[in-house]
Amino acid sequence: MSILNALILVCVLYVVFLFAVAFAADRAALRGRGSWLRSPYVYTLSLSIYCTAWTFYGAVGFAARSGLEFVTIYLGPTLVMIGWWWTLRKMVRVGRSQRITSIADLISSRYGKSNLLAVFVTVLAVIGATPYIALQLQSVTLSFAAFAETDPEATTLPDMQSTALWVAMGLTVFTILFGTRNLDANERHHGVVMAIAVEAVVKLFALLAVGVFVVWGLSGGVAETLARIEASEISRFEVTGSRWVGLTMLSAMAFLCLPRMFQVMVVENEDEDHLRTAAWAFPTYLMLMSLFVVPIAAVGLDLMPSGANPDLFVLTLPLMDGRDGLAILSFLGGFSSATSMVIVAAIALSTMVSNHMVMPIWLHLSGGAAVVSGDVRHVALLARRLSIAGIVFLGYLYFRLSGSGTALAAIGLISFVGVAQFLPSLMGGLFWRGATRTGALAGLGLGFVVWLYCLFLPSFGPSVVLPQAVFDNGLWGIGWLRPRALFGAEGMDPVMHALMWSMLLNTGAFVLCSLLSFPQPIERLQGAQFVNVFEHSPTPGGWAGGMAQSEDLLIMSQRILGAREAQALFERAARRQGLVGYLPEPSPDFLQELERVLSGSVGAATAHAMIGQIVGGAAVSVEDLMAVADETAQIMEYSSQLEAKSQELARTARQLRQANEKLTQISVQKDGFLSQISHELRTPMTSIRAFSEILRDTGDLTPEEQSKYASIIHDEAVRLTRLLDDLLDLSVLENGQVVLNSQTGLLSDLLDRAERAAGVQGGDLRVERDRAAEAVALTTDLDRLAQVFINLIANARKYCDGRPPVLTIRTRQSGGYLVIDFTDNGSGIPPEKQAVIFEKFSRIGETKAGGAGLGLAICREIMTRLGGSVSYLPGQAGAAFRVSLPVANRMAAQ
Amino acid sequence: MGNKVLLIEDEPNIIEAVSFILSRDGWEVKTHSNGHDAMQAVRERAPDLIILDVMLPGKSGFDILQEIRGDTEFADTPVLMLTARGQSKDREMAERAGASQYMTKPFSNADVLAAVRALVTP
Repeated sequence: MSILNALILVCVLYVVFLFAVAFAADRAALRGRGSWLRSPYVYTLSLSIYCTAWTFYGAVGFAARSGLEFVTIYLGPTLVMIGWWWTLRKMVRVGRSQRITSIADLISSRYGKSNLLAVFVTVLAVIGATPYIALQLQSVTLSFAAFAETDPEATTLPDMQSTALWVAMGLTVFTILFGTRNLDANERHHGVVMAIAVEAVVKLFALLAVGVFVVWGLSGGVAETLARIEASEISRFEVTGSRWVGLTMLSAMAFLCLPRMFQVMVVENEDEDHLRTAAWAFPTYLMLMSLFVVPIAAVGLDLMPSGANPDLFVLTLPLMDGRDGLAILSFLGGFSSATSMVIVAAIALSTMVSNHMVMPIWLHLSGGAAVVSGDVRHVALLARRLSIAGIVFLGYLYFRLSGSGTALAAIGLISFVGVAQFLPSLMGGLFWRGATRTGALAGLGLGFVVWLYCLFLPSFGPSVVLPQAVFDNGLWGIGWLRPRALFGAEGMDPVMHALMWSMLLNTGAFVLCSLLSFPQPIERLQGAQFVNVFEHSPTPGGWAGGMAQSEDLLIMSQRILGAREAQALFERAARRQGLVGYLPEPSPDFLQELERVLSGSVGAATAHAMIGQIVGGAAVSVEDLMAVADETAQIMEYSSQLEAKSQELARTARQLRQANEKLTQISVQKDGFLSQISHELRTPMTSIRAFSEILRDTGDLTPEEQSKYASIIHDEAVRLTRLLDDLLDLSVLENGQVVLNSQTGLLSDLLDRAERAAGVQGGDLRVERDRAAEAVALTTDLDRLAQVFINLIANARKYCDGRPPVLTIRTRQSGGYLVIDFTDNGSGIPPEKQAVIFEKFSRIGETKAGGAGLGLAICREIMTRLGGSVSYLPGQAGAAFRVSLPVANRMAAQ
Repeated sequence: MGNKVLLIEDEPNIIEAVSFILSRDGWEVKTHSNGHDAMQAVRERAPDLIILDVMLPGKSGFDILQEIRGDTEFADTPVLMLTARGQSKDREMAERAGASQYMTKPFSNADVLAAVRALVTP
């Protein structure tokens, strides 16, 4: 077997292994096992996606070309980890308390949930990351080619572009599989994180192994290696102080601002305390990664023929010596570095693209209707998946277009300068309450333009994007607009030149525009929450809503979170407020909580807009404005407390009013009870008396008439008996004198029986059931339970006005309860009637012969006796009733 | 004197019973079974006597009676009210609304017939 084939085989096995690791970690997390998944060491290892193929291969090349300068790339993050530990902690705290999904989300949230800003950051991040992804693809193909060259059996070199395409496709599949499992970007991607942690170990091990081999194997020991270093050019490189400081700062800034670093550091963070471990463990990791860089570079320069690519020394040194196994290990290290970066970057960027660009456009196109209809979940997931494919493809495209000549380190630095543009807005947002949206837009915009003009576009080389004339004479012939010598700053290193001008102009514009512009109230509120994240209790208010909107909110949330999760959330909130059912008061607290939960799925700006569409434009109330007008935090706090108090009073008043209304209603009902009974009894008796008199007094009735009238009397007598039975039944149930008769049977059999008894067969109503879920054995009073089912099915048969009428019965188990939902496709029950349908003598429809309005009242009593409940489920397609029963066969003690 | 009776009632069996009794006595009986458009039915049929149930789907008998009395054409048409709620306050409400006579269900067929004859023949 040739080495190339062996390499492909090892590669495929390694990828399968990664799939298995990710799959196993996801499974373990799903079952709640695997506390090791949440270890601070896994967190630290996941941070190592900072070490991409650029650092794996490129650091040696960097050292071979410019000496110790490569250390800056490791020094920056180390300084941040140790010295700026509290800044990171603040970022993580803000990220978690605001359910931030990406760096674009953080910046947009801070500056008044501005989607424009989010789009801007997203575009910038995508442009900045594309060359970097291209770089990873390039490194994999280059290293592959390095193997191919040494392989005597390979007659033709493998096509570089097809290698890159295969790698890109594989990465896309992996990322979509494990990166878009769940919609909530806030939930951790355990599988991905675990796979990255494993890759981190592999790349460190590979680099150390190559280092040990070079020092003790090739060079013959530490002393000899030092001598080689002394003799090589590396010791003679002049390191200019300004470039050193500049590069250290640049890598520190990039460490804070890179979307993929934000993803692993903030979004995937499980516990703030993990930062404590990472603060020493991550610098240690970086130190180990850089330990053998100089020896490898020096030995490589000494032993390899001149003209060999120093970026590939890590690979070519073992190959040259015939150590194929070590070379393959080294290749896997580089492969790990490249793949982990692309995976995390694609997840981070796709979240930004789908949340801030695709979703807002989609919501806009489909109008406000989309909030309550249409499946937002699917659109969001699809958008995220397409974005992943799009982003990886962009990287591939850049790789194809840019050719593969540029040194690895150069592309990396260009990307770094691009994302560093986020820093002023990010840090300003976290530490300066005066920072405004206008300032952030101006700073980001200016910095971006300078970066594009001075660094990114020129990087393609003269006459590719920018004509040579612009390089020589400046834009439109203006001398001080030359991309490499802006404002006459000639003779500078291009990266330093671009970094200096872009950061200077960016920060300047940010501070100046922030000072000159007046922030909107919502920016002030968000600013206070971000800057004072450690002091603030959960947030001053922002929403004010009325009762009628709860149902709309539920409908919307069901579309985004899924029915079960949304119902659970609303039920919890209602219980906290002391209410029964699924519709809590839309108090500011609840709306804020809901917004945070939704923003985990669709981003802060979109979630804010969606709630705003339902609750109305009252995003900022007069109280908020007053609070904002006053600068001091205490007064703001005080005012928000007052607001909360007054809201609470209003809520109490509303609850009292509701209680009062209910009491009045009950009194009216009690009063009407006799009158109702009188009516229900007298109506059949009227027919009975009238027809019996006709039969008695009329001599010339035909036999047909006689039999018809006799059967009317019979039917009405039966109706009368049924009514009396129901009344007695209800009275017995209400007084708790009922004797329950416990039996065991299958739920599906019970539903079959109920369907038959309710007269479904031969009628219009179609009943849809899930028999697999119904195979549940029950031990309870089956006859009584059947009575409830019959009632619900018969009601659907009588009142459902769907064309054609369909009743859907769904069964599931949740929290120790068996939950059975009966949902039809009719027009449902209007909100004002939902509160009284379980009362006696309240009919859903018009008066109709047959129903006395006791059915649901009896059902409710029965379910209470059985230890369960029956309730109306608002916000479904039609009328929906939920029966829940404890799974454990506890019976109400009688 | 005419013999057209309009029966506004929603229970099918009671409709059948009353129609039977009255038709055999020579009355021409038309029926209507909901409250919404009861007034329209009254205008179309222009009956000599109206028998009106109190609990109707859509609109209560009292409201319909008010509308009938509000229309000058029917201000004097005799109205016999039937009710299944035998409380005295219902009787008072019926009298206030302008019912000519008030009967509680269940009734004897002979009483209904006598009342109808008495109301139409002055």
